[in-house]
Order: sequence, then structure tokens, then C-alpha cells
Amino acid sequence: MTDVVEVSDLSISFATDAGAVRAVDGVTLSIARGEVLAVVGESGSGKTVTAKAILGLLPETATANGVILLSDKEGTKTSEVLSLSKSQLRKVRGTDVAMVFQEPSSALNPVYTVGWQIAEGLRAHGKYTRSQARAAAIDILERVGIPDPKSRVDYDPHQFSGGQKQRVIIAMALVLNPGLIVADEPTTALDVTVQAEILDLLRQCRDEFGAAILLITHNMGVVADLADRVAVMYQGEIVEQADVKTLFASPKHDYTKRLLDAVPHIGQHTARTSERASRMAKTWAEEAPLVTATDLRIEYPGRFGRPGFVAVAGVSFVVRPGEVLGLVGESGSGKTTIGRAIAGLVRVTGGSLKVLDLEMNGIRERVFRTVRKDIGFVFQDPSTSFNPLLTIAECVAEPLIVHGRMKDASSARARVDELLEAVQLPRAYGDRYPHELSGGQRQRASLARALALEPKLLIADEPTSALDVSVQAKVLELFSELQSEFGFAALFISHDLAVIDILADRIAVLHDGELVEEGIGADVLVAPRDPYTRQLLASLPVPDPVAQAMRREELHRLRAASLPRLTS
Amino acid sequence: MGRSSTRSISTRRRRIWDRLPIVSHLRQSVGVQRWMLVTGLILTGGFLLTALLAPLIAPYGHAQLGDSKGSFGVQQPPSAQHWLGTTVGGYDVLSRVIWGSQTAIVVIVVAVILSIFAGVLLGLVSGYFGGWLDRVLVMICDAVYAFPSLLLAIVMSIVISGGQSSLVGGILAAASSITVVFIPQYFRVIRAETVGIKAEAFVESAKVIGASPWRIMFRHVLRNSTRTLPLIFTLNASEAILTLAGLGFLGFGIEPSAASEWGYDLNKSLSDVTSGIWWTCLFPGLAIVLTVFGVTLVGESLNELGDPRLRGRKAVAADSAKVTLGAALLADDAAGVLGTHPDGRPEND
Repeated sequence: MTDVVEVSDLSISFATDAGAVRAVDGVTLSIARGEVLAVVGESGSGKTVTAKAILGLLPETATANGVILLSDKEGTKTSEVLSLSKSQLRKVRGTDVAMVFQEPSSALNPVYTVGWQIAEGLRAHGKYTRSQARAAAIDILERVGIPDPKSRVDYDPHQFSGGQKQRVIIAMALVLNPGLIVADEPTTALDVTVQAEILDLLRQCRDEFGAAILLITHNMGVVADLADRVAVMYQGEIVEQADVKTLFASPKHDYTKRLLDAVPHIGQHTARTSERASRMAKTWAEEAPLVTATDLRIEYPGRFGRPGFVAVAGVSFVVRPGEVLGLVGESGSGKTTIGRAIAGLVRVTGGSLKVLDLEMNGIRERVFRTVRKDIGFVFQDPSTSFNPLLTIAECVAEPLIVHGRMKDASSARARVDELLEAVQLPRAYGDRYPHELSGGQRQRASLARALALEPKLLIADEPTSALDVSVQAKVLELFSELQSEFGFAALFISHDLAVIDILADRIAVLHDGELVEEGIGADVLVAPRDPYTRQLLASLPVPDPVAQAMRREELHRLRAASLPRLTS
Repeated sequence: MGRSSTRSISTRRRRIWDRLPIVSHLRQSVGVQRWMLVTGLILTGGFLLTALLAPLIAPYGHAQLGDSKGSFGVQQPPSAQHWLGTTVGGYDVLSRVIWGSQTAIVVIVVAVILSIFAGVLLGLVSGYFGGWLDRVLVMICDAVYAFPSLLLAIVMSIVISGGQSSLVGGILAAASSITVVFIPQYFRVIRAETVGIKAEAFVESAKVIGASPWRIMFRHVLRNSTRTLPLIFTLNASEAILTLAGLGFLGFGIEPSAASEWGYDLNKSLSDVTSGIWWTCLFPGLAIVLTVFGVTLVGESLNELGDPRLRGRKAVAADSAKVTLGAALLADDAAGVLGTHPDGRPEND
């Protein structure tokens, strides 16, 4: 047989508190040797469950029907995963199929060195002496691009950066030279520049190690960058399967079309933002800013006399009434810290930060509370930002009650209904509890709560990063509508340049706590001056396989040019 | 939106019923866990009913030594008149056991009421504000933990009633000593939950709104941190019964004329054991064991059922249901053609 794995008519059901739920429904797919098959779909579409079934990793509450034929790398032996016993499964895992997990920081055991953890996989499948295993670990670490593997083989996981941890995990998957690697959202937890490197590494897995890859992802850019073939899953079924170029060029199924339409492209909105910019330009510069940061420094205290961690190192910017400032940067760049400092959640330790004419450096909460009604905040994760025991109406009414506009939740209901309607939620949803809403609906409710007091300033901290791409598109559209309707100024924080591009009038790029570039969207995104911005832009995979191949070349050139500055 | 409003009403009704702790747990349980819970509930229910109906079902009073036909006699074996025999003091064993459940329940209630409010409040304040107050309170609670509760109970009973075993004195001694030991437990649990919840986004969002610390504590943190209270309550209830019995056994309990108490009866039956009189010690002992067993079973199964990782589920056939969860909980993202699924899909579990 020529395929590494053949899945036919796979159905998986789960026993849950709410009864049986069918997560995967009649899925048929196959992966040829050395091929990258991407399975895309939104959360809950069954893509992860399908992948786990191939490894025989389904939980006890699951029942699976169908056939999964897995062959080894040489194609000499074939096994049917669903009927294997536990010990047979253990033999297959690692040698025939290996897994790369989403969250590199939790997939490694923090109390063992990475060398030990790689050797653990080897020892499970054969006899190795200590020195043989160590040599194998060093060899594989070198091949996945860990610098100085001879000494770093003895490092603990916390001594590696996120991207390097993912490299180590890929090394663990490769060490037994499996025919198939299942990569479950391998780059979702990583920054975009690191993501580009890991995608290169996965490509290398295919080209040098000859492994086939089953890539689970929701990011169409990643698909365009890496995949040979794509399977689109929707509600437990595969709705379309095609060659990557065919799929992006001429999607057949309605769902695929909508999915591709919802993906934001850089530069798509440049026209709109420049139009907005021209409209604002007349009075914009003269208006007194709502937020003025001058040489802002924020330092988190260190422990036991160690120096503190500088999250923001001398940043200056202004937010004027009615404008949307997009703050973009990778994790650790200090963008969230700045947003939280403006909301009074983090202490300012140096420089000056003026919010609504109050100096935040050394401010007391009691003083700041008086202006809180003019600041709205939308949190990143809509599933945790609502009190689970209050209904949506009660949550949205909370700011009205706290600031004495209304006596209690029932008297605020009329206003709450108005707000819910403004964010396009049916009134009846006010009676629901947060967990009865989907992520997108919750984020709408979150917007309603933030706008309840009609604030002058709205801080949105990655409001769409926890949402599926189609829902994200709708929430962003709503945000932009509300912004022009209510006319609030906004600080929009995101790691995703394409999202910032849709909304922001001006864009500020942060890197390691410093502001590297600031300007109107058209300038920053089309003709970036700073090398970091350039690399950030080039790292962002575009959902178009042909264009992405060209961008990849461009990125490699850029990276070669600025190698000393940025290595993960 | 007529469809969605009717749905929201029906989900609401289901929720209230489902949110009652024990009812929802019973509905979720399967297999051994269900057996544990049902056994525990039967035993505990029997205990509660006995205490409640004691005046109706007990054949005699707890301090009654005889009736119209004369005195009961001492150490009589079980008979038609005295189903479980009589004690060395001449009391009817069955009546003593039944009345004893009332004493036990009063001690549990007093002990829990005394400790739960103080413990929860201290835990909430300590966990939310942190700082030096938190450190001092944690240290005090650790110190109390190290103190043997029975010894404390003896000291308390001497302080409260001067070693005299009156009804109120005995109950208060047992209850207050248990209180002192329980406060740190409630404190610890609520504090740990509060520290966790304090970091949740919804507490931050309340802060950003401008809510005062007290409003945040009582409206947002308190109700979210009381999830484990039913569990500790049941475990503490069984400990309360044991402490009371221990006190009675050691002679610091309640005089038989004031109230019936299982530990006291056990103590008095010590000498009977060697002379082959089994009924005086067996039944009070059995009452203690069954009550503690029942309450502990309820507590343990609540613990397991409350945790989705420990909770067992029925196996399902692969083709038994369509993708229904998403459809049941939400159908339409307001403008949504591409309905997304709420959390709680299996793969996010």
C-alpha cells in the first residue's frame, strides 16, 4: 500500500453530561508517504478528535467506529489502530506515528532535561545504552536546529524559548523516524516570526526525514504555507478535500468559500483606513489627547533582590478622541501591559502616563475610580471575563449599577436591552448565562458591557484571538460599526497585523518593550521602515499558496540580512 | 425571536433543578459512584428522618427508667417490650439510639453554623486582600491545625460547664471545639478558591468597571468560591459526630438525664462486653458507624461527581446521536450562518 494512513468511515461519539455527542461523522481520508495533509475547520469541527483517533489517544468516554489503517514507514506492516490492544498501540506510537502538540510549554515535563525526555522515547522502543541514547538525542537536536546541542541536551525545558521548546518536541517526534507526524496546531501558541521558523522545520521533516504530516490547524495562512493537500471539516464531516492550490483558487463547498472569505488579508483594508485617516486629519492633530504616554516604563518587581522584569521600556504615544490606535507586537513585547496600565490594572513605574488628565504614575485607586466610567475594557478570553453565576443582563448592567446610574439589574434592563441590540444580540439572550453563549456571542456581550457607560476610551486586549476566524470577522465588523456610531477612541491590542489592519487608524509596533514604528496603517503595513516590522510582515503567512511561496523566499532573504538581531 | 425566548425559559427551569447540588449529582452519576451516592443518601436520610421523627418513633423517653408496669430492669436482653434490650442504667437501648440522633444533629448544626460564617468571611478577606493580614491568618490557622481537636474539646467542656455534663454545656463544648478546628478548614478552602478567582478575567473586568473591593468580593468572588462547601460540610459533619461520641466516651459528654448521647452509652457499656451483654454497645456503635459512613459517602461522591475528570459516564454507541450539543445550546450566532460551538465540546474538555 502506498498510503501511510487510511481512515475510512470513521465516526466518534462522546458520552457527555448532556448525552451522547457525535464529534466525528463518517470521515474518510488518506495520507500518502511524504505528504502534508492539512485538516482545517473551526473549534468543535472534530479535527483534533480525528487526529487523536489515529494515535489511539481517544479518552475512555469516546466510542469509535470505522477503520484506521496505519502502516509503518517502509510499508511492510499495517495495523488497524482501533482494534489494537494497549501494548500494541504503545509499539505503534512513536515508531509509526508521532505527535507534536499545540502548547510546547506544557508538553514537556519540567523536571527532566530535554535529553532525558528524548531518550525516554528511544528506550520505550528498543535497547539503548545511556551514551547511545545521549548521542541520538544530541544528533536529533542538532538536526532540528537547536544551537550547541552538546551542552543544551542537559538543559531543563524552562531554559528554552517557546520556539525552541517546539523544536525539542518535534525532535522527540522525529527521533524514532516515524512515517507520520500528527501536528495539532503546532504553531498556534507561537509568535508569528517563530511560527515561520517552525513551519520551515516541519517542511524539513517532510523533505529530509521523509515523514508525512497530518497538520491540524485553523490558520489558513499556515495551510497555504505548508500543506500539499487540504481537508476541510465542518461539524464532524469532511466537506471538501482538494489539492492546496485548487482549494484556494477555486473552493467548491459553501463553507470553504465562507471560511476563505473570512480570513483577513494584510492590505485589504488599506483603502478604507487611508480614507478614514484623511477624514480625521483636519481636526485630529489639535485635539487634546485622551492618553499621553511619555517615556513610559513599567517594571515588574523581581524576587529576592533580583532585578525586576522590564515589560515596557520608554514608550511614548498618544491616543486622541475618536481614533483607533492599533498596538501590535509579539508576546512579551509589552502591548498588553500598556493596555492594563491605562486601565489601572498595572502600576506605572517610570515616565509619565496621562489618562483622561490623570497622571497614572503613583495614582491611588480611589482617585482613579472616578474616571473609570470613561474607560471600557474588552478582555481577550470571553469565556472567563464573565461571572459564570450571573446572567448576561446582570453582567452588562454591572457598570451601570456600580456607577449609580441604575439601582439594580432589573431597573437597568431596558438600557441593557438597548445595548444588546447595539451589539446585535437578541434581547432574550440577556436571560442566559455566559456558558450558554458561543465565544463570538460572549465577546459581543463583552462589548456591550464595555460600552454601557458610553466611555470615551475603549481598550480592547486581543478581543478576537480566542475566536474562530469567521466569528472574528463578524466581531471586528461590529467593532468598527460601533466605533463609528459611538465615536469612542480605542486602543486595539493584537498580535495579528491583519486584524489591526482592519480597524486601526494608526498602528504602533512594539518590540521588546520598545516602540519601533508608529504611523498610519497604509505606511506601516505597506512601506515599513523598521527592519523588525518588515520581518513581522514577511512572517505573516498569507492565505494563498502561490503568493506565500514568494513571501517565504522574501522572508528567508530578510532573515539572512538581519540574522544577529532576531534568532528565536 | 419567539423560538429562542421559549428555549431560554425552558433552559432556565432545567437549570434551577439541575443546580440543586445533590439532585444534579444524582442525575449525573453512573455505576459505582451512583451506588456510593445512593447508599450515602439512604443512610443520611435515615439519620435525618430518625432525628426529625424521634418523638414519634421512639417507644420511650431518652431518660425514662420505667412505665406504668414498673421499672424496665437493668441489662435486659432484647424482647418484645424492649426490642434492643435495656442498658446498665436501666434505659431502653432503642429509645436511646433514636434520641441520640437528635443530639448528634444539633451538634452538627451548631458547629457548622458557628464555623462556616467566620471561616468563609476570613477566607474571603484574607484571600482577596492578601498581604500581612493573609500571612497572620494563615499562620494562626496552621497552628490550630496542629492542635488535637479532642483535647481542645475536653478543655472547652471544662471551661464551658466546669466539667459538669449538662445538655447545653455538652453540646456547646462539642460544637465549639469542633468550630475551632473547622474554621481553619473553611478558611483554607475559601482562601485558596479566592486567590484563584481573584486572577480570573471577570474579577479584573469588575475592577475595570470601577466596582469597590467589597462589591467584588461579595458579588463576584464569594458565590464562585463556595463550590466545594457542600463537600467539606459533609466531611465535617461526620467529624463532628465522632468528636461528640469521643467526648461522651471519655466522660465529658452529656448526662443521660439531659439528653441521649451515643458516646456516653458506649462508655457505660464497656463493662457489659466482657459479660456477654452485646446489645448495649452494638447499637449505639452501629448508629455512629452508619451515620458517619453515610455522611462520608455522600461527601466523597459529591467530590468525585463534582470533578468532570473523576466523574464516570455511560458508554455510548458511536451512532447513537447526531451532533446535538451545539444545536441544543445555541443555534444561531446572531448573524451566524457558521454557528460556532460553545465550550464543553469533548475535544476542549
